[in-house]
Amino acid sequence: MSDNEVAGHARSRMEGAFQPSPESGPTPPSQIYGHFSDENPEMVQFVDADGNRLDTNETNAPYAQIVEEMTSEDARIIYRDLVLVRRIDAEGFALQRQGELGLWPSLLGQEAAQVGAGRALRDHDYAFPGYREHGVAWCRGVPPENLLGMFRGVNHGGWDSNENNFHLYTIVIGNQMLHAVGYAMGIAADGDMGTGDPDRDAAVMAFTGDGGTSQGDFNEALVFAAVTNAPTVFFVQNNQWAISEPNEKQFIIPPYQRARGFGFPGVLVDGNDPLATYAVAKDALDKARSGQGPTLIEAYTYRMGAHTTSDDPSKYRSSAEVEIWKEKDPIKRMRGFMAERNHADEEFFAAVDAEADEIAARVRKACQEMPDPELPTMFDHQYTEYHPLVEAEREEFLAYHAGFAEEGGQA
Amino acid sequence: MSGTRLSLAKGLNAGLRRAMEKDPKVVLMGEDVGKLGGVFRITEGLQKDFGDHRVMDTPLAESGIVGAAVGLALRGYRPVVEIQFDGFVYPAFDQIVSQVAKMHARSLGHLKLPLVIRIPCGGGIGAVEHHSESNEAYFAHTAGLRVVTCSNAADGYWMMQQAIESDDPVIFFEPKRRYHERGETEIDEGGTPELGLYDARVVREGSDATLLCYGPMVKTCLQAAEAAAEEGRNLEVVDLRTLSPLDLPTIMESVKKTRRAVIVHEAQTFVGMGAEIAARIQEECFYHLEAPVLRVGGYNIPYPPSRFEEEFLPTLDRVLDAVDRSLAH
Ligand SMILES: Cc1ncc(C[n+]2csc(CCOP(=O)(O)OP(=O)(O)O)c2C)c(N)n1
Repeated sequence: MSDNEVAGHARSRMEGAFQPSPESGPTPPSQIYGHFSDENPEMVQFVDADGNRLDTNETNAPYAQIVEEMTSEDARIIYRDLVLVRRIDAEGFALQRQGELGLWPSLLGQEAAQVGAGRALRDHDYAFPGYREHGVAWCRGVPPENLLGMFRGVNHGGWDSNENNFHLYTIVIGNQMLHAVGYAMGIAADGDMGTGDPDRDAAVMAFTGDGGTSQGDFNEALVFAAVTNAPTVFFVQNNQWAISEPNEKQFIIPPYQRARGFGFPGVLVDGNDPLATYAVAKDALDKARSGQGPTLIEAYTYRMGAHTTSDDPSKYRSSAEVEIWKEKDPIKRMRGFMAERNHADEEFFAAVDAEADEIAARVRKACQEMPDPELPTMFDHQYTEYHPLVEAEREEFLAYHAGFAEEGGQA
Repeated sequence: MSGTRLSLAKGLNAGLRRAMEKDPKVVLMGEDVGKLGGVFRITEGLQKDFGDHRVMDTPLAESGIVGAAVGLALRGYRPVVEIQFDGFVYPAFDQIVSQVAKMHARSLGHLKLPLVIRIPCGGGIGAVEHHSESNEAYFAHTAGLRVVTCSNAADGYWMMQQAIESDDPVIFFEPKRRYHERGETEIDEGGTPELGLYDARVVREGSDATLLCYGPMVKTCLQAAEAAAEEGRNLEVVDLRTLSPLDLPTIMESVKKTRRAVIVHEAQTFVGMGAEIAARIQEECFYHLEAPVLRVGGYNIPYPPSRFEEEFLPTLDRVLDAVDRSLAH
């Protein structure tokens, strides 16, 4: 199926819905879809769906050097990340199906976007995720086990964000975009930007989805970052669906084009091309760190699975659409590229698969063995300092449970 | 400035200045807080003395202001944000209740959010709509926040510094109609605060009934107590100062002594602070009470056009009327 036919799908989804008239209203959705195809001349790409290196052209030229400088070792790191992250995600999905997790938001299909962005971050940069950024978490060094607690219901995240400079997941769509900008304003105020010292200069990357771009907080974050020149990179993973709502319900102008209106550049990148996402993210982070201001990156990709394990995508999208995107699989693409360039041998690929098995087993075990929290800890950490109401209610709660113990029951 | 009589506005300004002098991580942010000094001039002169990186004029976006302050706090700053008027905090409500209030707990204590959100509150200034609201109950209802309010210059001075020093997020209500009244109290800048941030204060001792109040109503209640005294009634007045946590021991001690309680606030009484306080008194002081706990507050309507506000807001006479009803039991 060609991309024109995909656009056809988009149109048919809109049948019966409000259609702005071309003369008076904004751009019809079908035209927006024209922006989003492999033929979009504004989309940065380095490898095609089979992994063939594309020629340098006007769009990818600014990033070509970054890609040229990538070594075989870099390629292997990225490939390994893609495979392991996919496997961790699959394990999360399986654990939900087996009743070990209450929910799992899968990143299947978005590995290249997240690994490219994640690997472009330096240690002292900071990432502010939504709730699907398991791949970024992996690249930051967050143990995948840590991601499970909130989906198992034993905590709300709970990891120490400052250990890996990876903030807690944020469920209220858009909130984290502002936290990221505030943090970046702090970096600038600390003078940790534009010094030229690579061990000092830092930037922040803020993640959200295509639906998230409609939120007030997203737009306010863009304003704040622009006027403060805060070293922020906004990374929008356009996986084309916000639960059941397609792009045309979220915007008329695609997010990357919108950035200009806020006063900084927006870049559209093929979100299934790991070399392109890495190069574009690295370029934007370098600029932010050196004091050249924010960038918005729109990684055009696709959510292969359901929105979360509670979702039923068959109600709103066609399987034909999913089939098209299967062909653009990031791992297949990376492997093709590596074969073409002789970046790795079969032994390497087999070793990565074996490592994926090990990590999956480790994550599974950690999940199954994750203890339920001790009851009174529910009252812990509500405030940093003594709070009489919390303490009174903790006492009440303990006394209530002690009552059962005295009756000979189980507390 | 030691020993001078100040307005609440000047007390707050001095408190902010002192906090900024003590800790270079304290930064102020909000709409018009820089050159103008805020629409109420609470931050007057601070940008001139501390620079625009520490007193930041922000875009006109309340969620943005609070959300960015969260990020700054995560980076190690101690932001103090100004919301221009009570009625404009709602765009930031999501950030406050979803993020500010919960960050410490959801990180299992790893992250601290030393953030102060200043909100000029209440009516009585003849303003247009959305400029006179008392929305403290929304915030007191939100676990994870601390909520305080001052009523005089000395409290403004000390409580502001204490709120900024707190590692918990604090919602700081400033009664705007009292901003520019000359204080009865003096500030000894070199001294130490008389009370903790979460302590109530008995501002007038009495034996016949307790008036429980805060913010703008402290002055009204003190006037009511004086008027009552002329009729031979001896009212105790407690300035709550802290709304979350409530200083229950001080409240209960007073009510057990006078056996009668009237709670006075500007906000609508329905599901307001008074409802919580009345319920607590009923639980703890049932056998001490001579009369039902009464409330005087706003009616259950949106804040009315200002020509009505004298009828909407508790006046000295409405307070005295409630005292009469209490003493009639
Ligand atoms: C403020 C808010 N509204 C609604 C939701 C419920 N919700 C969760 S995910 C989602 C869709 C998000 O779509 P998008 O931003 O495209 O991100 P994606 O899930 O596709 O990665 C919605 C509506 C929410 N979490 N937060």
